[in-house]
Amino acid sequence: MFVLVVGGGKVGYYLAKELIESGHEVALMEKDRSRARQIAEEIGSIVIAHDGCEGKYLAQAGSNRADVVAAVTGDDEDNLVICQMAKHHFDVPRTIARVNNPKNEALFRHLGVDELISPTRMILGSIEQDIPVHELLHLAALGEGELELIEAHLQSGSPAIGRAPKDLSIPEGCSLFAVIRDGVATPLRPDTVMLEGDKVIAIGKQECQDLLHDQLIGEPEEARAG
Amino acid sequence: MKIVIVGCGRVGSSLAELYDRAGHEVVVIDNLTSAFDRLPSTFGGSAIRGDGTDEDVLRRAGAEGADVFLALTEGDNRNVMAAQLANEALGANRVIAKINDPVRATAYAELGIATLCRTGLMMDAVAGYLGLPKTDLPGMLAPIGHHPGGHHEDDGLRTTPLPLPGVGSVGDLSAAPSSASSAAPASLPTATQEV
Repeated sequence: MFVLVVGGGKVGYYLAKELIESGHEVALMEKDRSRARQIAEEIGSIVIAHDGCEGKYLAQAGSNRADVVAAVTGDDEDNLVICQMAKHHFDVPRTIARVNNPKNEALFRHLGVDELISPTRMILGSIEQDIPVHELLHLAALGEGELELIEAHLQSGSPAIGRAPKDLSIPEGCSLFAVIRDGVATPLRPDTVMLEGDKVIAIGKQECQDLLHDQLIGEPEEARAG
Repeated sequence: MKIVIVGCGRVGSSLAELYDRAGHEVVVIDNLTSAFDRLPSTFGGSAIRGDGTDEDVLRRAGAEGADVFLALTEGDNRNVMAAQLANEALGANRVIAKINDPVRATAYAELGIATLCRTGLMMDAVAGYLGLPKTDLPGMLAPIGHHPGGHHEDDGLRTTPLPLPGVGSVGDLSAAPSSASSAAPASLPTATQEV
């Protein structure tokens, strides 16, 4: 495959290096001349010391025969333009963009960039995975405050998965009344079997919450292991 | 009309002043507060410091549903991105991006943005003055399409191109060169100082 990498920062440098090692044809565009020279000294004369956003230089780099263009500069606007030019002007079949601001992902996708890599999003996702979300979510206090509207997100390890409310020992004074599945809310009947990923909505007295937690969330340790 | 201008350089600030004086609602955005020194003290519009390629900034500035959106910073790609946000996410009506690279200027006109290419405008102005043949480079280009996929994708962004009043039917570029040739001399003094 012929891969055109635009942006000779750390990502572009290691990307080009790895691709060459796995036997691909690679061209790397880096507009900073001294950085370009430095990379060329290290990994060979695959470096084009020009701005990969400029149409003329993209053409010179052979983008019209590239199988993949990877835009990995530190600037989202540059990566967007490189991919759009590659796709719409040079008919490159596959474009990959590094996206720094996760909010730009929708726009990039909408404008036809084939694949998005967002380091910010990946780190964010990794951090959020480590935070246990095995608690009941309190949505609102009802009445004089003695009743609470609660949401329980059924994750692996929950004893409620595969069972219906009639099979659980729901504490007295508590009512499971709705389930949100794939974004759609439906009434939860005594015989509705609950699935992993369901969000169960309940109303209950504050003092039943521990019992409710046991029935819907389960042991946090168990859930974490799952 | 509500006019949003990203980039308060010579052209941006002069247009902001002109349209403000003509009674339009003008918002000018720049990431440097010092750029607003170019605006006259009589300027009645709003000047907002922020990144014009950030959707949140544009929304806060009120770019949503603007009648006119002009991306006039010194960075071609920043202009492209701001203009596409305005076009696709914010529903701005008439969007112009300054793109000095002629290749990109032509490419983005084909992707649905009106583009303004200083390189072509100035080269043709020089050629015109010297009586030499004009280039075939773009100057002021009307949009001649929209980006592929814009019709189908249901990703929360605007999916159908809005009508472009004042611009010929889609694919008709005949209106553009004439307006460009009349606009070129007027914009040239400003553009010349900037180089």
